[in-house]
Amino acid sequence: MAKQVQIVEDVTVRFAGDSGDGMQLTGSQFTDTTASLGTDVGTLPDFPAEIRAPAGSLAGVSGFQIHFSSNDIQTPGDSPDVLVAMNPAALRVNLKDLKPNATIIINTNSFDLKNLKLANYDVSPLEDGSLSGFNVVPVELTKLTVTALEGLSLSPKEKDKCKNFFALGLMYWLYNRTIEKTLQWIDSKFKTKPEILEANRRALKAGFYFGETTEIFTTRYDVKPAKLPKGVYRNVSGNEAVAIGFVAASLRAGIPLFLGSYPITPASEILQELSRYKDFGVVTFQAEDEIAGIASGIGAAFAGSLALTTTSGPGLSLKTEAIGLAVITELPIVIVDVQRGGPSTGLPTKTEQADLFQAMYGRHGEAPVVVMAARSPVDCFFASIEAAKIAIEFMTPVILLTDGYLAFGSEPMKIPDFDELPKINFEFRKDPEGFYPYLRNENFIRPWAIPGTPGLEHRIGGLEKKDVYGNISYDPDNHEIMVNKRKAKIEKVQMVVPDAEVEGEQSGELLILSWGSTYGAIKEGIRKVAAEGYKASLLHLRYIHPFPKNLGDILKRFKKILIPEMNKGQMATIIRSTFLIDVIQFNKVKGQPFKVAEIENKIYEVLGGENGK
Amino acid sequence: MENKIDQLATEVKYTAKDFSSDIDVKWCPGCGDYSILAQVQRTSPDFGEKRENIVWVSGIGCSSRFPYYMSTYGFHGIHGRAAAIATGVKLANKNLQVWVATGDGDMLSIGGNHFIHACRKNVDLKILLFNNRIYGLTKGQYSPTSEKGKVTKSSPYGTVDWPFNAIKLADGAGATFIARSLDRDPKHMQEMLTRAAKHKGLAFIEVYQNCPIFNDGAFFHLSEKDSKPENVLVLEHNKPLVFGANKDKGIKLDVITPVVIDLNDGKHSINDCWVHDEFDDNPTRGFILARLSDLPGFPTPIGVFRQYNKPTYDGDYVKQIEHIQSQKGVGTYEKLMFSTTTWEVST
Repeated sequence: MAKQVQIVEDVTVRFAGDSGDGMQLTGSQFTDTTASLGTDVGTLPDFPAEIRAPAGSLAGVSGFQIHFSSNDIQTPGDSPDVLVAMNPAALRVNLKDLKPNATIIINTNSFDLKNLKLANYDVSPLEDGSLSGFNVVPVELTKLTVTALEGLSLSPKEKDKCKNFFALGLMYWLYNRTIEKTLQWIDSKFKTKPEILEANRRALKAGFYFGETTEIFTTRYDVKPAKLPKGVYRNVSGNEAVAIGFVAASLRAGIPLFLGSYPITPASEILQELSRYKDFGVVTFQAEDEIAGIASGIGAAFAGSLALTTTSGPGLSLKTEAIGLAVITELPIVIVDVQRGGPSTGLPTKTEQADLFQAMYGRHGEAPVVVMAARSPVDCFFASIEAAKIAIEFMTPVILLTDGYLAFGSEPMKIPDFDELPKINFEFRKDPEGFYPYLRNENFIRPWAIPGTPGLEHRIGGLEKKDVYGNISYDPDNHEIMVNKRKAKIEKVQMVVPDAEVEGEQSGELLILSWGSTYGAIKEGIRKVAAEGYKASLLHLRYIHPFPKNLGDILKRFKKILIPEMNKGQMATIIRSTFLIDVIQFNKVKGQPFKVAEIENKIYEVLGGENGK
Repeated sequence: MENKIDQLATEVKYTAKDFSSDIDVKWCPGCGDYSILAQVQRTSPDFGEKRENIVWVSGIGCSSRFPYYMSTYGFHGIHGRAAAIATGVKLANKNLQVWVATGDGDMLSIGGNHFIHACRKNVDLKILLFNNRIYGLTKGQYSPTSEKGKVTKSSPYGTVDWPFNAIKLADGAGATFIARSLDRDPKHMQEMLTRAAKHKGLAFIEVYQNCPIFNDGAFFHLSEKDSKPENVLVLEHNKPLVFGANKDKGIKLDVITPVVIDLNDGKHSINDCWVHDEFDDNPTRGFILARLSDLPGFPTPIGVFRQYNKPTYDGDYVKQIEHIQSQKGVGTYEKLMFSTTTWEVST
């Protein structure tokens, strides 16, 4: 039976199941296939902090959301149009997020008494009418999978495990995708396990053909390719983008990359990813603790490597003293903080932007550093290169803030040519003539003289240094001179910070100031209200310290400044104190990113009805 | 340094003076650190490295001022972190000879974690522990090596802590060269330093060092002429363990229990003495030796407790990189960006 294909612009799908059901894998396969068809994609996994909560329990639900569109999109989507629920717990956990009338594809085989009870259902939601506002599609996913695998000598448990591929096949059919890319992936992934390979292939195909033949679906949908710039694309998550960004920076700078790091959620993937790049000469030192992570990095920077340490909030706290050491020794190191909900252990797998104050001010003494924030998974790549460039060119620590939302979210990246990447300009000091470790150039930058260079033997350290010469100095005037010079150097970084650019009207009623990962939701929110005739401009800050030099002028051109942030107003406080202007705060600390709808509503509220039209 | 940048031709044979920086040494008069500095400068020409390839790293404390007084590269770090900083230096450039100057508070208290992990990994570092059993720079609080019951500014009624035995700790954690020396035994210290320099792997030397201000005389029973022979056991490879002013006492190993024997009592002879094997693969005997300094009635051993070879962390790391590069080729930007699913957007 030929089925009707309906073209839609924009769809959000969420796969949800038990943490052992392979939902992350299913989601990433759907993403790869969809992205490779030229559709723009934004994704976000949502998994529990527990590695394996009891099977079927609410705590064990793992989800993966994919937003795909024929438009340029910036977020993983607010509310799913489609939920694939592998068990009752997955249904219960995700139901509240769905759009009205959303489609729910349910694996009815898992709706037995035991699983219903685990999900706190006294009566099956399939029978009590509670899903009447949705388009429920019951499918015997497990049974159909096992039937498709008849004749294979796998255990019932192994066969059951293939049901995610059945679900994936069905979704491929429903959204008019092809299954070839996933078949290839299965072929290479399970090369050494031919039975599993065959089982997964069959399950995937069975799901796809089930869509074709069953009477349940009368319509399938298609999302056409987005109008993306020409080029070759790949998918990146934020953590992955940081990792390859620093490898690219190391290639650009021509010096090896050294990562000193201690595993911490949600930053560990950067360490894991970089540990694969031995062929690039990358050294990943999995240190005994967070402090050793940065301390080894400082040692490596002293010895001439591009030094990096990666962490999250609690780890940044532990690194604080060592960052001060990098400030006073004026060595280049990048500290990547993948922010998570805090304080303390807080919400390790959830996102937040509440480390901004810590990044800006979290040190004893006058210890200014450069602070940057990436705005999207792709931007994590470019921001990493920029951070490395500034660290090396200015001989300074740089803190690069990302967050859990960016770390795990993914989107397609147009692969830039190597030559398009910013150049990293520096030279190791070689000439002993006139060398002094703290003899600065016109931008207050001291030379990078590394051990192994004859004639440049010198000592640096955490004690205050005599201006120019670098010996220990307790002289009161000298201390003030050095504090001022270190500060002046960081201010000089403004030279390489691009001017801030306003998206939309260049002056007017409302400017929304975004930083970090809120960019996507804010941009989409502004686009939505614009469609209704409301005007709001957007200024995104990638460089937070120092700010772009034109920021103050821009802020003066708007009547209202709105700052949405996933904290209690840290950027708002910095803007107020720096520019002596008031701003409107919009704060959310739920461990979740802003939804586009929340931004829209806030804009309407701030503009007060017709004001902004 | 302000006025002097030495440009030595590499062929020139260094002297002790070549390792002396122009910074005034500011330890208290009579501090044992002076001797350590002098012995290091004296032996540095024999370390087998050009001066520019030697890096001294330290933490915080009196001992940690050490790098400033050497004319090599130096890094005065933060409290306790010297081993971690030094590990980064070594991993970044395997051709450097990296030394750590540290104290009992710096390395065994706040830096304990970094110390045991550097030992565990057998990073090719030379760690020189200045053990004066007191916090000097903070003016006289007890340290993790202070003897139990010690009265200090922060323990007016005596400590109730048990101290660390640094030799046991280092051996237990995996250091591959473990030695002890005395600030007042220059010749012995020179030998230990030279041997540590030549060792490939984590070399640890504990130097008993006098703090004349806050713990004066802590080791005089080991270092002064009249008491030294009775209280110090000099460990030498392949030699029987003998001590005493007249070399009339020995250590016998009764299965695993050490016993002091009188070589003149007619019942024992030198043939009963435990013969020291520095290269003993089995840590048991080294551990028994390390314990002697804690046992009443036994002399305190100085010398090399144990030295053995095992692959170093930095060495194996470099090997792994070379191996992967020989298999996969050296990484390129194209490989970095395209070794994953890609697709082309052409319209």
